[in-house]
Amino acid sequence: MAEASPEPVLELSGIVKTFPGTRALDGVRLELYPGEVTALIGENGAGKSTIVKCLTGIYQPDEGEIRLDGTALRFPTPQAAAAAGVTAIHQETVLFDDLTVAENIFLGHAPRTRFGLIDKGEMRRKAAAILKGIGAEIDPDVLLKDLGIASKHLVAISRALSIDARVVIMDEPTAALSHKEIEELYELVDELKRQGKAILFISHKFDEIFRISDRYTVFRDGQFVGAGRMAETTEADLVRMMVGRSVEQIYPKRAPRIGGEVLRVAGYSHPTEFEDIGFSLRQGEILGFYGLVGAGRSEFMQALIGLTKPSKGVVKMGDKVLAIRSPAEAIEAGIVYVPEDRGKQGAITQLPIFQNVTLPSLAQTSRNGFLRMAEEFKLARDYTQRLDLRAASLDTPVGALSGGNQQKVVIAKWLATKPKVIILDEPTKGIDIGSKAAVHDFMSELAGEGLSVIMVSSEIPEILGMSDRVIVMREGRIAAELEGDALTPETLVRHAAGISAAEAA
Amino acid sequence: MSLADPDMVPAPRQIPDRLASPAAKLLKSWESLLLLVAVAVFILNSFASPYFLDAWSLSDATFNFTEKAMIAFAMALLIIAGEIDLSVASIIALCSTAMGVVMQMGGGTGALVFTGLAVGLSCGAFNGLLVTRLGLPSIVVTIGTMSLFRGISYIVLGDGAFRGYPEGFAWFGQGYVFWVITVEMVIFTLLAIVFGVVLHKTNFGRQVYAIGNNSTAALFSGIRVQRVKMILFLLTGLMSGLAAVCLTSRLGSTRPSIASGMELEVVTMVVLGGVSILGGSGSIPGVVIAAILMGLVTFGLGLLNVPGIVMSIFIGLMLIGVIAVPRLFKMARGK
Repeated sequence: MAEASPEPVLELSGIVKTFPGTRALDGVRLELYPGEVTALIGENGAGKSTIVKCLTGIYQPDEGEIRLDGTALRFPTPQAAAAAGVTAIHQETVLFDDLTVAENIFLGHAPRTRFGLIDKGEMRRKAAAILKGIGAEIDPDVLLKDLGIASKHLVAISRALSIDARVVIMDEPTAALSHKEIEELYELVDELKRQGKAILFISHKFDEIFRISDRYTVFRDGQFVGAGRMAETTEADLVRMMVGRSVEQIYPKRAPRIGGEVLRVAGYSHPTEFEDIGFSLRQGEILGFYGLVGAGRSEFMQALIGLTKPSKGVVKMGDKVLAIRSPAEAIEAGIVYVPEDRGKQGAITQLPIFQNVTLPSLAQTSRNGFLRMAEEFKLARDYTQRLDLRAASLDTPVGALSGGNQQKVVIAKWLATKPKVIILDEPTKGIDIGSKAAVHDFMSELAGEGLSVIMVSSEIPEILGMSDRVIVMREGRIAAELEGDALTPETLVRHAAGISAAEAA
Repeated sequence: MSLADPDMVPAPRQIPDRLASPAAKLLKSWESLLLLVAVAVFILNSFASPYFLDAWSLSDATFNFTEKAMIAFAMALLIIAGEIDLSVASIIALCSTAMGVVMQMGGGTGALVFTGLAVGLSCGAFNGLLVTRLGLPSIVVTIGTMSLFRGISYIVLGDGAFRGYPEGFAWFGQGYVFWVITVEMVIFTLLAIVFGVVLHKTNFGRQVYAIGNNSTAALFSGIRVQRVKMILFLLTGLMSGLAAVCLTSRLGSTRPSIASGMELEVVTMVVLGGVSILGGSGSIPGVVIAAILMGLVTFGLGLLNVPGIVMSIFIGLMLIGVIAVPRLFKMARGK
């Protein structure tokens, strides 16, 4: 870099880290500067989490050098990294629910009395001072479990400050935060910058990256692609670097060929979760379900596939009335649900890719109840290839894949059952742009082939970009059904939040 | 714009099915290590006692594991699916007691075998219903039924015992099919094959693994999780009933203390065989080797006149040792 800039605090060069079958990092470099935020950008699987783990002493790089203030050193353990002043705030930060805020902040390095006991008074005072310094109004004596997620983040940040961190790594810190909380986090990042800390910021959201970062570094497939100042780049450039191609439009254009009615739901109710849900789904249609978190969308979908029992209501497929009491019956009827929580509900992460893909289709690949491996590999290969899965082999455990690739396995698994209706619950949540585009393209391709898609999503651009028609749910009821010109960000938000048209007019 | 757009994807990559061949995996497996240990124990035994390397004494040695292994096969599936049944030894007691009652009522061999199997199956159904219908944790349910089933035997028998089983009935536990090959050994071998095939070669077996690793995802994937678990409890009950038939036949009598403590030996056998106690992994070949290994150790120590208490210490140490050694190796290599 030619610009006059301060010496980097932390400098990584030629870092290589391999795992059986994959080269997660292939000679990457990364520099972090004091008082500046460096955004680390890359698709899932680009090596972002791996480098964070190398930096925090969880992984040991196979090759390469880590220099702190120009001195080469190694982080054999997480403790060594913390002692050197490198600290990470994760998506789900590791804190202890049953300890107080002050105890969480000072766990492992609490101030001591003359007798070697923890000086609780001093600890409380120091904790209060740190919290005040970042403008957090949190009582240091409160138990952590009594705090909201945003406050927990503040505690995590206070902990980072308490160990006098020089390098702060923030791995998708805004994933679970509300708008207001995100603004507060930005202010905090500014405060950390003023204190001269070097910050590594990892996020999938470009608006965030442009809002708070000073520099960027881009990885792709475990390799260093580029780095520079944010001021000298554009979103399009960054996307091109990330994916190695230009993405003109994230949402595929398509001319929907919508056929006859496939599914009709009427008067579907549940004692507590939802009430009187009714709609019709046509062949080749993408029907969006929008709503705030807790509007009852997932609960309704799960009742539809027989996971929970509805109190009343009718589901008709063609002329046939369905009484679905279990996911197994839903699959038989041709309705599949791709759940939101990949790790817990979608994939069995310990089992290999091919076994995950064939699990709901075993009746198809087996003969008389006996497994046929060749058929399983064939089915898995067919569907994972269509989704452009990246993996070392089909025998690799799903847990070893990146989030985007895990999602591809989960979608492949459901498509392999050859459904008539596929319900996708937040299909692109937490996955990178490249995988997102692949999922969106695939969705429109499927609809083009005559599959009916129900897409539950909380992302307005995704809802607007993908859906032919949108149902907005609020507090367990259908608030609106929107189509064509009525489908705007404003109408979506208005109906989801319950501001009636009359009030707005 | 489709996925096959040449600008988007470097080239349609072919993902290989497997990296390591199944044979290479087998070499590095837990089962191979166990087999090595079993061979070592066999050689040690043959040096330690001149009576060991004899067809008839080896045949006798198999009684140390055949009955337990029958239950261990079913238990392996149950533990892989994330459940456990600690009542198996008590099921044996109840089955044996019921057979005694039928015998006193004049039941013949057929009636006795039927009683044993039916009572075992009913006990399995009782456990299974409590776990799958009421959603109770199996470890608690079966600790409860462990006392319940044996308690019934004590009420029926008190201090007494049933004796005088018909002659034909002795065939199961004392009979030989050919030369030194016992009836129990044949049953053990057949069951090993059947359970091995069911677990490793059928859809049902695959579903067992899926449930044990992540029962929520298994349910979402259309697996009838509760039904599979119910079948496994029924199987475990049935196998306990079969073990009760063999054991009662071999001993020729029923006391309420029959097979006491056997549930822990069965679980030990399963865990030693490489089945994760947390569920999700393990194999039938592993359990077979573990059964033989435990039989060899017990028999070898018996030939050396080692008392029973010391034997159980030895089995315990072996279990901890075999599980700890690979972990120690890993730690040493990590340094």
